[in-house]
Amino acid sequence: MDHLDKLEAQSMYIFREAYKDFKQLCMLWSIGKDSTVLLWLARKAFFGHVPFPLVHIDTSYKVPEMITYRDKFALEWNLNLVVGQNEAALKAKETFPDGKIDRIACCKALKANALKHTLSGEWPRKRMNHQTRQLEYDTNTEPYTGVIVGARADEEGSRSKERYFSPRDKQSDWDVGDQPPEFWNQFKTDFAPGTHVRIHPLLDWTELNIWEYIARENIPIISLYFDQGEGKRYRSLGCYPCTTPVESTATTVSDIVTELKSGKFANIAERSGRAQDKEDGGGLESLRREGYM
Amino acid sequence: MEQMNIVIVGHVDHGKSTLIGRLLADTGSLPEGKLESVRLMCERNAKPFEYAFLLDALKDEQSQGITIDAARCFFNTAKRRYIIIDAPGHIEFLKNMITGASRAEAALLLIDAHEGVQENSKRHGYMLHLLGIRQVVVVVNKMDLVNYDEAAFLKVKKEYEAFLGQFGLVPAAFIPIAARDGENMVTPSEKMPWYSGKSVLDHIDDFTLAKDKVEMPFRMSVQDVYKFTAANDDRRIVAGTVMSGQLEVGEEVVFFPSQKRSRVKTIEGFNQAPRTTISAGNATGFTLETQIYIRPGDLVVKATDLQPLSGTTFKASLFWLGRTPMTLGKAYKLKLASTRVTVYLKEIISVMDASELQTEDNRREIGRHEVAECVLETLKPLAYDLAIDFEDTGRFVIVDGYEIAAGGIVIGQVASEASAVQKYRAQRDASWEKGLVDVASRQKLLGQRARAVVFVGDRAPELGKLLEQHLIANGRLAYFLGRASVMSGMGADYSGALSREEFVRRLGELAHVFTDAGLIFVTSMQECDDAELEMMSVLSHPFEILVVVCGLNPFSQRVPDAQISDAMDLESAKSLVVQLLADKDVVPEYFL
Repeated sequence: MDHLDKLEAQSMYIFREAYKDFKQLCMLWSIGKDSTVLLWLARKAFFGHVPFPLVHIDTSYKVPEMITYRDKFALEWNLNLVVGQNEAALKAKETFPDGKIDRIACCKALKANALKHTLSGEWPRKRMNHQTRQLEYDTNTEPYTGVIVGARADEEGSRSKERYFSPRDKQSDWDVGDQPPEFWNQFKTDFAPGTHVRIHPLLDWTELNIWEYIARENIPIISLYFDQGEGKRYRSLGCYPCTTPVESTATTVSDIVTELKSGKFANIAERSGRAQDKEDGGGLESLRREGYM
Repeated sequence: MEQMNIVIVGHVDHGKSTLIGRLLADTGSLPEGKLESVRLMCERNAKPFEYAFLLDALKDEQSQGITIDAARCFFNTAKRRYIIIDAPGHIEFLKNMITGASRAEAALLLIDAHEGVQENSKRHGYMLHLLGIRQVVVVVNKMDLVNYDEAAFLKVKKEYEAFLGQFGLVPAAFIPIAARDGENMVTPSEKMPWYSGKSVLDHIDDFTLAKDKVEMPFRMSVQDVYKFTAANDDRRIVAGTVMSGQLEVGEEVVFFPSQKRSRVKTIEGFNQAPRTTISAGNATGFTLETQIYIRPGDLVVKATDLQPLSGTTFKASLFWLGRTPMTLGKAYKLKLASTRVTVYLKEIISVMDASELQTEDNRREIGRHEVAECVLETLKPLAYDLAIDFEDTGRFVIVDGYEIAAGGIVIGQVASEASAVQKYRAQRDASWEKGLVDVASRQKLLGQRARAVVFVGDRAPELGKLLEQHLIANGRLAYFLGRASVMSGMGADYSGALSREEFVRRLGELAHVFTDAGLIFVTSMQECDDAELEMMSVLSHPFEILVVVCGLNPFSQRVPDAQISDAMDLESAKSLVVQLLADKDVVPEYFL
């Protein structure tokens, strides 16, 4: 088995543990490369199926192509797509693009809060109806107790301290200093009512592994990651007011792999195009505690 | 490029940060300009440069989004890429040390030459042994503080070697170093000509990657059994990760502890080339030639391979991490591979302080950070191996409440006497407050013999309710109790979901109360196995349990009292059970 085989097997194992032990399980899907690989690994673990809902938090500022891509594959792969949004903040125009608040506060409102209340079922959730091919308000408002996310340890400091199964308390808080022990592939699968667990099948993957795997498995990836002829591409996807493309002429997956291995990005952080990371010195950890992805 | 996880452990302040900083610097693994900027910063603040500052500087940078982190540092040699896992040296962080170390394939253990062997030097050494990390290099650091004296080095070596020897851990090497000055880090030190061994970096490159365990007997713990019928998929797939050995289509497999047998029909997978073999490391799944009842946690073994041990009682070595001590007689949850079972601490053989290995006898509990040799007893039979033979099926964790509170390895099998359930029942019966009415008077009054009727299978609840209705309509006293009622009412004191064993225990107790009251107790279980049925039988004693299986027979030992095929309609099925009750004299026409 090569390195990718091992990473794949471990992720599948984590998926199966999660599915066995959590009744109210869901997976976050941001449409980006990581969560799309995550989705692919779920299909690997469950022999082509994805037996739990995929939750997408729509800030309404996503690049429009992302929503088109999301709905296309939700229908094609028969996915149980659930969409949540901070409808109140958008209606009141309490956002950074509207000039009312700063970037971090905007992330908090449109992502962290939207996520928290969508997972808890307090805010309305929309679900893809495969007959009408439309999103419709969901009648199920049960809270999710197991949430699968695509965080990788190599992304930035706070994530390197994560566990595969990482508990959050009633306030969605993450106690970095007092995490459960995790060894011999035995995870924290027992939890008190009101708390939930974040599950990280991609924890050991690097950005390069992700692209190598996309190439190997031929996973359909959104075209925003590739240069469309303007010498620019996105390396990391987010909201368009806060994410800038990087200079790159990579047009294929293998171009990207080469670029990461030996090219210009070999020593530059992946999220360098994310403006909000720079605003708050080391503050991602504080946002992560709020539930921000 | 090959990749390996290594962990660096040792007592606080014995030089871990310096060693890591030095490794990163000497292998050119630091970001450009980092070393210079830290040196400059030291100069400006008029303090001597230390390699340990590099780690602090890297930590600052992470928060700005650069992909190096302190919990996991990366460095490369010509041979492979290494990930250094951080493992805190402080006792309070023992669970973090274990989490980190368990992910490593090899370890460097640091001891300060000047301070000598300390408490955590020992504790960490013993933990590495329990965690199953066999490749260990002991690095005796700060040799500059003892003037690079060979005798000082040999003293530490002798003392620590003797300690590790108590549990059979033989380090690959002892290396005298001064990490700060780079002595013996990459090249042989000129200051210690008496040392003829290899440098730290060379020893790291000498570590070997764990081999896939393909040559060993086949072992796979059933992680789950999938049937995605709702998505129009009729395959019944036994899923899991192969722990060792290999298995081919057509080969016979045995599921432990039930010992049911079948043959592998197909190997299943998504987006992969069709295959006929699976081997160690694969996360996979297969279908079987015959429909047999298996469940998560069953251990799959090849019929021709070495068979695992099974039983309810075994001897183990464990370390306790829980805030409250582990106590005799309290119910815990044991997780071994994919098996989950209720477990009791039956006997404490000895408790030792992991840093001293001093044994204390006559203990009633195992405290935090203590290591114990003990006998554990599970409520249901468990399939396992000795840790010395198979790591994956020979080690377990114990959950107390919601938390993983212990890790342990199986070191021996113990013949079990009376089962835990039997002892439990004996105690219950001894303290039962009996009324003045005996069984015979109730039988006479009600004109029926009290029995528990257990329906098993998909159609079980439906049939159970029909039988209750029929009995009442015919003047008998019966009561149907479903799973949900037990879970919500009787299980209301459980804040989480009721564990499977606890559910069965409560159902068994209810069967006992209802039958003792003279009723025909009807219940249904969609799933059940021999051990669970046995538990119910023991609990409802002296009243017999009648078992009606609907569909696939899940039992390998117990012969059902009646079997109802999926094809049979409800009315005929009901008549069949009514006839069974008549045949067994549960509802005799005349009661004398």
